[in-house]
This record gives sequence, structure tokens and C-alpha cells, in this order.
Amino acid sequence: MTYLHNIGSYFLMIAEMFRKPTKWSVMKTLILKDIDDLIIGSLGIIAFISFFVGGVITIQTALNISNPLIPKYLVGFATRQSVILEFAPTFTSIIMAGKVGSFITSSIGTMRVTEQIDALEVMGINSLNYLVFPKTVALMLYPFAIAIGMFLGILGGMAACVFGGYTSLADYILGLQTDFNAFHVAYSFVKTFIFAFVLATIPSFHGYYMKGGALEVGKASTTSFVWTSVVIILLNYILTDMMLGQ
Amino acid sequence: MIEVKNLHKSFSGVDVLKGISTSFEKGKTNLIIGQSGSGKTVFLKCLLGLFEYEEGTIAYDGKIFSQLTEDQKRDLRAEIGMVFQGSALFDSMTIAQNVMFPLQMFTNLSKSEMEDRVDFVLKRVNLDDAHGKMPSEASGGMQKRVAIARAIVNNPKYLFCDEPNSGLDPKTAIVIDNLIQEITDEYQITTVINSHDMNSVMEIGEKIVFLKEGLKAWEGSKETIFKTDNEVVTDFVYSSNLFKKVRKMYIEENK
Repeated sequence: MTYLHNIGSYFLMIAEMFRKPTKWSVMKTLILKDIDDLIIGSLGIIAFISFFVGGVITIQTALNISNPLIPKYLVGFATRQSVILEFAPTFTSIIMAGKVGSFITSSIGTMRVTEQIDALEVMGINSLNYLVFPKTVALMLYPFAIAIGMFLGILGGMAACVFGGYTSLADYILGLQTDFNAFHVAYSFVKTFIFAFVLATIPSFHGYYMKGGALEVGKASTTSFVWTSVVIILLNYILTDMMLGQ
Repeated sequence: MIEVKNLHKSFSGVDVLKGISTSFEKGKTNLIIGQSGSGKTVFLKCLLGLFEYEEGTIAYDGKIFSQLTEDQKRDLRAEIGMVFQGSALFDSMTIAQNVMFPLQMFTNLSKSEMEDRVDFVLKRVNLDDAHGKMPSEASGGMQKRVAIARAIVNNPKYLFCDEPNSGLDPKTAIVIDNLIQEITDEYQITTVINSHDMNSVMEIGEKIVFLKEGLKAWEGSKETIFKTDNEVVTDFVYSSNLFKKVRKMYIEENK
């Protein structure tokens, strides 16, 4: 019953988020601040992880190709497919559930504990619109961060190839170009948009509706990370089946 | 004026407010007092619309709160100033930005007009040189004064204060009490203060509502509280020997 109640509350929160909008002059500042905190502030970790994971995918693929009949360009092909289809949109989103999600839950949760949300409500401000809406809008730029992640993942694979001597640069580039399907990129960005919405709203829900003190803020952050990850993984399965399945 | 009739509120089947009726008058400092757990904070949060209640009515100058639409409730709240127990200042904003916030949200004043208004209210609460400080850099007393400045910056019709003196030394507490009373008189605000500080009761209690176990046990003023023979009130208010002596002296002097 608690789960059903929470799911209902989550959708009510989303509906409430669009009511009685905050003045645009104030909202604009909030959106820009959230873009800085949530997107620009995450670029470093996305770039770092994407580059090295791209490299690792390349090394693992190259090391597991022992059959001489399998062409060497398969390393580039496998890296491209892994990075574009799954690593960049899904695994990066799970990492972001830890980084961005915890930040959102703890910042909103702290505002709840210190009565700052009550202060907004008493002033007649729609606190959900004020707090959650700008984060949701800011995270709509998340696909750009993921595009950078895709590029750097493939670049990391290329660096591993060249400097590790696993395959030639020409073979790697040939692999990147082989059987390229633009729909896969579109599929990846559709997933990323949906994950961005999940990344903004589930942590906000856990922060906004938390009860208790400082200890509960920590617990809410953990719960938020778990649920955001679970929902991302479930949605990943559903979307993949819907968009790529037979 | 705020009128409350037969207010009932419970949590998980436990009655916290059991039918409170009272009124809070314009231009007066109205105090809600009572022991911890008597329902003061719940009462205040019901008045503010932060808690929904099961039964009863709360009317702000004749407008019954529960009959208002969500948008009308939000419009009414724009006329309310609130000083929270922990000040509830926005951590990410400077003191001046905190005070300017209600103006940005609810007025169409130009930036310079807003700055002038912020300067005025910060001066009013004796914080002329704190504009650029962050809330974390301010003392407890300063934070309370910033919270008062934020609450009055938009000329509210109603001012609510939840334990405005908690955590403050006696001297600063008196400064805050006097400030609230001066502002109430000056702007003719309906002020409601939730407190269990007896100094506040004696200093600024123009109307006092005493709660016990979710019921209104007594109501009066700082003058009548000395004379009352209501045992529940005297047990609470004169629980310290000092206050017992003060009361005895007062009664003897006024015989």
C-alpha cells in the first residue's frame, strides 16, 4: 500500500509542479543556476568516466577476439554500439542518479528540515514549481552532456587502440563506420530525455516529502538513489523492447 | 482580525486540537502559550494553512480559509509574514537577497525600488551593514531579525512568529520582543506569536491564549494573567519561584 501511495503522490507532485508558475524573471535565474549545478557541474565526471570506460570496452573486446576469422574492425564496431546504445545513456544516468540525484534530494530535504519549504508555502509560493520545475527544465539539457559522453567514450576507445596496440586506427575507424544506424542514436537520445525527467523528479520527490531531521536527509538520499536507479533500469528495458524489439 | 471557531485536528487518530475557538485582533500582539505538546505549533500551522484540519473554521477578516480555492489561499498567504523558530532563511542567498525575495516574487518594483525597501527594513531591524552576509555568517539574534525583516518587507496584514526567542539570550530576546511589538503598532498588523517564554508573555502579551492538551484553557492579557486564579494557568506561568514572588508583589501592590 505504501508503494501505491508513493506512486500516486509522485504523479500528483508532477501535476502540482506545473500549477501557479513562479514569475519568469525569478524562474529564469533558477533555471540557469540549476543548469550550472546539475549539467555543467557534471560534465567533468561524465567526461572522465566516458573516456576511460570507452577505453576499457575496447580493450576487453580486443582481448576476447582470439579467432583470426573475426575481423579486427569489430573492436571499433563493438565500442560504438556499447557506448551509444547502453553505456552513455543508461550507465551514465545511473552514475548521475548518485551524483545529481543525491544533490537534489539532500538540498530539497535540507530545505524541508530547516522549514525553508514551509517559508515558501506561507509566502504563497508554489514550492514544487519553485524547486522542482527549474531542475526538470535544466535536466532537459542532459542529452547534450550524454552526447559529449558518447563522443569521449568512442575517443577513449580510439586512444586505447592506438596506445595499447590492440588494433590499428584504420580498423577502429572502419568499425565505427560499419553498419551505422542513425536510429540507434535517436533511440539513445529518447531514452536520455526520459531518464533526465526521472533524474529530476524522483530525487525531488524523496527530498520534498521527507520527514525528520539530518539523519533522515541522508536516508532519503540513499532511498532516492536506489529508486532512481531501479526506475532507470526498468524504463531502459521497456524502452529498448518498444523501440528496438521485434 | 483572525477568528477561529471549534478547530479540531488529529494525527493518526490522536486528537491534538480538540475544538479551539478564539480570535486574534488587529494591531495587537496575540500570544499562544502552553506547555510543550499542548498543540501550539499545530495550532499555528493550522492557522497558516500548512496543516489541514478536520473540523472548524479559520476566518481572515471574514474570509473562511477552508472555503478559498488554492489560488485564493496562495493570494492570502502573500499577505502573511512568518518568522519561523529556526528563522528558515534561504541558505543560498545573502541577507539582502533573503529580504528582497518576497518583493521579487509579488511586486513589480524596479531593482532600485526593491533595494531601497530592503535598506529601509534592514535599518528598521537594526541591521544596516549586514546586506552582503550569508545567513550562516549571522548570529542567532541577527538571523531572527533578518527573518522579521523578510516577514514585514511586503507590508503584511498578518504576522506569525513561532517561538521568536528560542535559543536567544535574555537581552536579545527582549530586543526581538520589542521589535515585534513596535512593528505591530506601527503597521497595525494582526500579530500571532507562539511562545513559552514568560518574559515575552509579561512584556508584549496584549492578548494571551493558553492551551493545554489541545484545548483553550484560558485567555486574557498580560494584565489579567497576574490576577487570574485559574490553577492551570498559574501552575504553568508561575512555575518558577521568581515569578511566584513577582505575582505576590503585584497582587499586594494592586490591592
